[in-house]
Amino acid sequence: MARIFTYIMHRGGVPDDTAFELTAAAKKIDAAAIPTALVTGWGQELESVCNALRAAYAEVWKIGNEALAHPNAELIRKALAKVVPPASIVLAPHEHFGIDLAPGLSIKLDSPYVPDVLGIEGVEGSALKVIRQEFGGQVSAHVRCDISSGAVMTIRPGAFKPIESNPLSGSIVDKSSEVGPLTSGRRYLQTIAAEAGEVDITKHAILVSIGRGIQEKDNVGIAQELADVLGAAVSCSRPVVDAKWLEKSRQVGSSGKTVKPKVYLAFGISGSFQHLAGIKGNPFIVAVNKNPKAPIFQVADVGIVDDLLEFLPELTNKVRDTRGIAAK
Amino acid sequence: MLDGIESVSQIAAWLASGRTLFLIIHILGVACFAYIIYRRLVPLLRAERDPRFDHLSARLGKFFKYWLGQWKHPRYKVAGFLHILIFAGFLLLVARAFTVLFVGVAPNFVMPGFSGRTGEFYEALTDYAATIVFLCMIFAIVRRLVFKPARYEVPARYGNAHKADAIFLLVLIAILMVADSLFEGAKAAALAQQGPPVAYETILSLPWIFNSALASASVHRLGSFYFSGYLLHEVTFYFLLCYRPFGIQFHVETSLFNIFFGKLNKGAVKPVRWGVSDEQLEQVKSYGVKTFEDFTWKHMLDFYTCADCGRCSDNCPANAVGRPLSPRFISIKARDYAFQHYPMFGAPGDGKPLVGNIYSEDEIWSCTTCGACEEECPLLVEYIDKIVDLRRGLVDDGNVPQSLQKPLKALESRGNPYGKMEKKRADWVNEKVFQQSCAIKTLDKNNGADTLYFVDSITSYDNRMQSIGRATARILDHTGENFGILGAAERDSGHEVRRFGEETLFLALRDQNAEAIKASGAKRIVTADPHAYNALKKDYKDLPPVEHISQVIAHAVKSGKIQFKPLENADKVYTYHDPCYLGRHNGVYEDPRNVLDAIPGLKRVEMTRCRDRSFCCGGGGLMLFYEPKEDQRMGVKRVQMAAEAGANVIVTACPFCMVNIEDAIKVAGLDGKMSVIDLAELADQQLKRKIPPAGATGFAEAQQECLGGR
Amino acid sequence: MEILVCVRRVPDTSENEITLNGAGNDIERDELVYSINEPDNYAVEEALQIAAKAGGNVTVVTVGGEEDEEILRREMAMGASQGVLLTDTAFNGSDGRGIAAILNAFVQKGKYDLILTGVQAEDGGAQVGGMLAAMLDYPFASLVNSIEVLDGRKMKIGREIEGGNKEINEMDLPCVLSIQTGINEPRYVGMKGIRAVASVPIPSYGAGDLGLSAGNVGPAAAKVRRVDYFVPSLGKGAEMLNGSREENVEKLVELLAAKGGLK
Repeated sequence: MARIFTYIMHRGGVPDDTAFELTAAAKKIDAAAIPTALVTGWGQELESVCNALRAAYAEVWKIGNEALAHPNAELIRKALAKVVPPASIVLAPHEHFGIDLAPGLSIKLDSPYVPDVLGIEGVEGSALKVIRQEFGGQVSAHVRCDISSGAVMTIRPGAFKPIESNPLSGSIVDKSSEVGPLTSGRRYLQTIAAEAGEVDITKHAILVSIGRGIQEKDNVGIAQELADVLGAAVSCSRPVVDAKWLEKSRQVGSSGKTVKPKVYLAFGISGSFQHLAGIKGNPFIVAVNKNPKAPIFQVADVGIVDDLLEFLPELTNKVRDTRGIAAK
Repeated sequence: MLDGIESVSQIAAWLASGRTLFLIIHILGVACFAYIIYRRLVPLLRAERDPRFDHLSARLGKFFKYWLGQWKHPRYKVAGFLHILIFAGFLLLVARAFTVLFVGVAPNFVMPGFSGRTGEFYEALTDYAATIVFLCMIFAIVRRLVFKPARYEVPARYGNAHKADAIFLLVLIAILMVADSLFEGAKAAALAQQGPPVAYETILSLPWIFNSALASASVHRLGSFYFSGYLLHEVTFYFLLCYRPFGIQFHVETSLFNIFFGKLNKGAVKPVRWGVSDEQLEQVKSYGVKTFEDFTWKHMLDFYTCADCGRCSDNCPANAVGRPLSPRFISIKARDYAFQHYPMFGAPGDGKPLVGNIYSEDEIWSCTTCGACEEECPLLVEYIDKIVDLRRGLVDDGNVPQSLQKPLKALESRGNPYGKMEKKRADWVNEKVFQQSCAIKTLDKNNGADTLYFVDSITSYDNRMQSIGRATARILDHTGENFGILGAAERDSGHEVRRFGEETLFLALRDQNAEAIKASGAKRIVTADPHAYNALKKDYKDLPPVEHISQVIAHAVKSGKIQFKPLENADKVYTYHDPCYLGRHNGVYEDPRNVLDAIPGLKRVEMTRCRDRSFCCGGGGLMLFYEPKEDQRMGVKRVQMAAEAGANVIVTACPFCMVNIEDAIKVAGLDGKMSVIDLAELADQQLKRKIPPAGATGFAEAQQECLGGR
Repeated sequence: MEILVCVRRVPDTSENEITLNGAGNDIERDELVYSINEPDNYAVEEALQIAAKAGGNVTVVTVGGEEDEEILRREMAMGASQGVLLTDTAFNGSDGRGIAAILNAFVQKGKYDLILTGVQAEDGGAQVGGMLAAMLDYPFASLVNSIEVLDGRKMKIGREIEGGNKEINEMDLPCVLSIQTGINEPRYVGMKGIRAVASVPIPSYGAGDLGLSAGNVGPAAAKVRRVDYFVPSLGKGAEMLNGSREENVEKLVELLAAKGGLK
């Protein structure tokens, strides 16, 4: 069985949750697998991350280089191509960095690439059987990958729950000297933070979140009314921002904000994984959607099939009555 | 010049001394005017063609009704009455003005036909005419300066108010009247001194005033007044003549032509290019109006003719809700562009794209094509064709708002703007309760019927509007119609597709529908959708006659085929909202009202803005997808109008009106206080059927036995 | 600047209901409406805007069959100067890497300063762009949401990263970028425009022209294979409230109160 490596995302010296999800995925490939963590970076942050991983990984390969202070997929790909043994399996999370790194890495490692895996069924001979989704999650697909020359796979964040196991005391292996000089035709300049909107949705315990089903800008007020009586904030999914009905700072999702509310009310949101990726902390999710087959109903705690434009105002009135608030 | 003219018997001599001067002014004035008119015609000669010489007797009719008859003017009582007086005055004064002009070079000139008693009578008449015109000028100036009617005031973002210019011209006309009166008054005073004192007959007229004031003036002074009055008249006359083509008063010259050449087919849209048939359209490289020269000569004449009166914008619903559109400025800005780019001297400037320079994209997309502007304009200036042409230009350049691209793409691939599957277009007939009582057949070449019910997209696919479809079908069934629908073979009528400038897509939809309609063998088409109604009547060719369901019901009520049971709820007060494409564009005002009045116990009130002054609900078709910048929704304003009229139920006869008004009731916070129902739904609900519906109340689908053969 | 945009014809999700076919092994394709993959359309619009400012031509290329010509024509109607079809029965059944290999072979025949793809396709995995770049050894950036052409064969690009933040990078040309939706407002392409390019020839190249063999394309070389489509049996999912709207509202308010949603 091929050696399995997991690429570790980290920020501020702390490994991302995906670091531990990838281990779970690795175990699904091969129950006996002892995955190795690949960590790139520089300085104290790199040290902290490697140390933090020792409890979950038997071996942590540290690749430190000043050029890698900010994660540049072009440089990291070069580095990994130098240190990863042939025919290995490399797992990375399927998000903005993984998308950047993995396809090219699969070419450099001369291994096949399977993106956005959300289920692993096991190995049959030299074929690994996985599950992917297509068409915005409307259908799933069984996929077979020939792993005789290894594989590069990106794993959907949140698809594999980290496994509880006894802590290990892994060793850190410094591979920094093996990567050689790192240059590339792509150079990081700066990061521009998203404009802080008037409302910080990450700080609210209750979110009234709207999606395409709100249909037009004028209807956003209906959601705001509910938010007002609940003491909540209005957030949204990507299509609402694309249509310019709300500012970007209100977007929940992989390319928006990550939120950890207690209660998440999803109105007219289909439940694409990019959106759900922004919801952490296992809140109480209520979904209202006209389409009974909307993927959101898979992850919600409570679901109602209804037209949100009709349902929302009634809910607002009921909450008002219940709390004894006079209507405006 | 006047020195030494002591003899009053030579009044003519007073003038004759200035003969050369006057002649020079005549020649200069006429030459100047001719040159100016020639320069004004230059862009028209470069413009697109526009066939306006057809149906001459109809055009003559328009001339009598709208030009001579000033038919539209009384819609604004004060300004209308004022203008009618001024217009009548002007017409009356024409012969007199020319006589005065000629007299300066031919002292004994008398206008043919105006000698003797006729002449005297005419003189008296025109004395008063000049006085009335003068008083009207004073009133108009005061009105502009002091009372400042709202529609003349212009928010800066729309353009200049040209106020000073307007007042300047009013002053000049007043001066013209004064000059003429001074001339006449001085002459009469001189003659009175010469011979036996004759009382000036037209007492209290302006010439009479001058006559009285000058009665005892010296001959010398009379001579001066006589001469200066004449000179002032001639100079003012020619100044006005040459100045008018530079401003809003150009309509004095152009109005006759503009009205004569006015559009005869209301509600239809001009082809992409006149003279190019639909089949030949591929040869045309560029569609629509992008630069000024892409307009037709008649549209350019419209720009010249606009009198900046503001009646159009005053009635424009887009303007009322704060969208960036003000129809009068479509005209005035283009006119100012024409004046700038086609100057009196020098070569015309290079044609620049209009949108992005004088027009903004939002301005052009804001129009719902409701037709209120055209309905109001006393000079018959056209707007809808221009907006459509400008949109064609934008579409041709790929410049379509993102919000409209999706429904257009869906129309192209699925034949409806919602992107729903073609085969589901007729699913609305499968509603359980409905199907048991009324099975509708789908027509094709093997399965025909006399009447085709053309459903169109929104009624087919929208959950709420489907009940209008079912109600319509039940009514047709009740009246014993042998009818069917096109089902999955039906495509969107394309009405808004065309009016939003996507001509090629419209033609594709039209051809598909025309084929299916032909195959159905129908001899008559009925629809409950006024946009489809207008499209089938005006945009499609060679179709059997089309009726709207309100007309069908009205006829059936008259013939007794339909009887209504009395309304039960006495609290309801109904008001009928005229849909733009049923009312204004097609003149169907009374049939829906007759239907309502035939329902026993129905209390009906009229909104102030009704019939051809109905206020657009917000628009239909593609307009429902567009996201305008506005202060308020049109529908909300309309719902408030209904509330003001004392109604609590709005009846409408268009699914798009239904969408907009239902929405507006919620947004306006009138949920529970105002409701809306479609005419077909109401009729269906109140129909007296042989077998009473089991347990059906209100809007609920009635279970009933279908009457009549199929 | 010579710009190549790799595009793909996919079922249009907004106008289709994606369901399984009778046999349960593929989606029902009978009544699907196809169109250009949405991010690819943004990529072509971006290419056209760059070419308009910096001068140059835009070529659109796709791997497929005759039915794919319609999207090439659509993009040509939008303004691309040339459409190219890479077609050969030997290409059928290629996996993502195979497609990238085919495109790689085509790119080698020309001289392109910039290669764009859409960030991902409905039935794809955001892979072709990155693979192509690695094969060409060109620098690559994904999720690009802004492009600024600089002097001296460089570009400044923005990438969409987490939290709505934007990562600014400098790229050397030639490079490969995968474009995210929302980078611009694509112009409209109407039926008229498409008809106008209906008879413009679209050159096509096969395996032989590109020097490709079964070793690097086609089913034999495909290491990743989709076996079937299926709809997973729904797990527990949400507790659905199935009463009347009034009842649902009441129950929901109760639940919210219990979960601390009503303070």
